[in-house]
Amino acid sequence: MLDLTQQILELVRLTSTDLPPDVEKALHQALDHEQPGSAARGALETIIKNVELSRANSTPICQDTGTPIFYVYYPAGWSTRQLRSQIEAAVVEATKKSYLRPNSVDSLTGKNSGNNLGGSYFPTVHFEEVDGNTLTIELMLKGGGCENVGIQYSLPNSQLGAGRDLAGVRKVVLDAVHKAQGQGCAPGILGVAIGGDRGSSYYASKEALFRKMDEPNSNPELGALETRLTEEANQLGIGPMGFGGETTVMGTRITALNRLPASFFVTISYMCWAYRRRKMTVFRDGTVKYE
Amino acid sequence: MHELTTPISDETIRSLHVGEPVAITGVMLTGRDAAHKWMIDTFIKKNRQPEGDDLEAYEAIKPLLNGGLIYHCGPVVAGLDTKEYRFVAAGPTTSIREEPYQGDVMRHFHVKGVIGKGGMGTKTLQACQEAPGFYLHAIGGAASLIAQTVVKVLGVYKLEFGVPEAMWVIQVKDFPAVVTMDSHGQSQHAVVEEKSKKVLEALLAKH
Ligand code: SF4
Repeated sequence: MLDLTQQILELVRLTSTDLPPDVEKALHQALDHEQPGSAARGALETIIKNVELSRANSTPICQDTGTPIFYVYYPAGWSTRQLRSQIEAAVVEATKKSYLRPNSVDSLTGKNSGNNLGGSYFPTVHFEEVDGNTLTIELMLKGGGCENVGIQYSLPNSQLGAGRDLAGVRKVVLDAVHKAQGQGCAPGILGVAIGGDRGSSYYASKEALFRKMDEPNSNPELGALETRLTEEANQLGIGPMGFGGETTVMGTRITALNRLPASFFVTISYMCWAYRRRKMTVFRDGTVKYE
Repeated sequence: MHELTTPISDETIRSLHVGEPVAITGVMLTGRDAAHKWMIDTFIKKNRQPEGDDLEAYEAIKPLLNGGLIYHCGPVVAGLDTKEYRFVAAGPTTSIREEPYQGDVMRHFHVKGVIGKGGMGTKTLQACQEAPGFYLHAIGGAASLIAQTVVKVLGVYKLEFGVPEAMWVIQVKDFPAVVTMDSHGQSQHAVVEEKSKKVLEALLAKH
C-alpha cells in the first residue's frame, strides 16, 4: 500500500491556508452587496485581504484550525487502519509546521495533547468503501466559535409553531440563525439535517457542508428550501460579524435522513466564513489531484 | 474610517458611536481568561496573595492599562526561543467570557477600551459609560491580517500562563475594528438582536 502521509500533509496545509475558490467567490459577492463605508463592508474587506495573505504566506486563515474532519472513500484493497495512522502522522506533522494549532484537549484533565491527536475521535475520520480504483480524501476544519452555535431541534416545537414538515424545518432554521447572531463569525453557511437519530443527524449536517457552493441539491424540493432559507436568513439583517448588513449566510445545504416514527430532529451545523474544506484524489498510478 | 492613536482622549471616545469603523495605531495589551482572573483575584478582590513576580508585573502593566486598551486575543507567537517575538496569528477571541470581570478591571486600571469579538453585556456597557470607554469589535478569524498590523512586540508579562494567555504588550498600526458598544450606553449587539428578532417574528408568522 502507498504511504500517503506527505500527500495528506499537503491536503492539511492547503485546507488550513487556502480557502476554496467557490467560498472566496461567495465572499466577494457578499462584499458587493454591502454599502460602501459600512462596518459590514469593512469586515468583508478585512476577511478577503486576510484570505489572500494566508494563501501568499501559507499561514492558517484562522488561528482556530478547528476539529479536523476527514472523510475517506477508498476502493477495495486499502487498509483503513494504515490510512488512519497515515492521517494521524500527517496531522502531527502539520501541527509541527504550524498549519494546525494544537487543539485537542483532554476533557477531564484540561491538558492539551500538543499534537492534535487524542483518542479515536480526534481527528475525526470516517471511512467508506467505494467502487472503482481512485481513493478520495476530503477534509474539513471546523472551528470552535461556529461549532458552539450549532443546535438541534426536536419537532414539533410549539414555541416556534414548527410542525413535522418542511414548513416546520424552515422555522427552526431561521430561529437558529437568529440565535447565532454574529457569534459563529458570520457570514456563515448552514448545514442542515432533517431526521436521523440525534447522533446521525449531527454527522449528516456536517456532511452536507462538503457540497460546493454552486452545486445544486439533487432533491429540487430541498433545493428550493435552501434558496428560500438563505434569502430569509439574510432578511434578518444580522450581517458580517453581527455588525448589521445584507449577508448573514452565504448558503444553505440540506439533507434528509430516515427517522424513527417517534422522532423528528432538525440539526443545524453553522459553518463560519472560514469554510475550510478541500479534497484530494489519488489515482491508481499514484498521481494526486487537489481541489 | 476613524483613525485612532493611543492614548485615546475622552473627547475622541465620546465622539464615537456604535457602527463606526476605526483603525488603531499605538500600544495595546492582550489579556484573556487567565489574565483577567489573575487581575481580579490578586489585585481587585485580593482573595489571593501576590506571589512570584506578581507585584512586579502589576506595577508594569498599570501604566500601560491606564487610559489604554486591552485586547482579548490568544496569539500564535514566533521567536519564543530567541525572545525576538513576532505575532503570527492574532485574531480576537470571544469576549463574553470576561463579562464577570471586565467592568471591575476597567475601573481599577482606568482602561478605556476593550477589543474582542462577539460583544459584551450590561456590566461592561455600564463601565464604558462611566470611564468613558468603548468596546471595539475586531474581525473574527482574520488572524493573519491582524498579526500583520502588529508591527512590534514590546514585551510580555505572565508568560507562565502560556503563550495564548500571557499579557503581550504590542505596538500596532492600522488595526481594524468597529465600535459596537459606545460611551453613550449604546450596544450594536442589542440593536441588531432586537431588529432581527422583529424580522424573525414576521417570518415565523408566514408559511
Ligand atoms: S468561528 Fe471560524 S472564523 Fe471564527 S474564530 Fe472560529 S474558526 Fe475562526
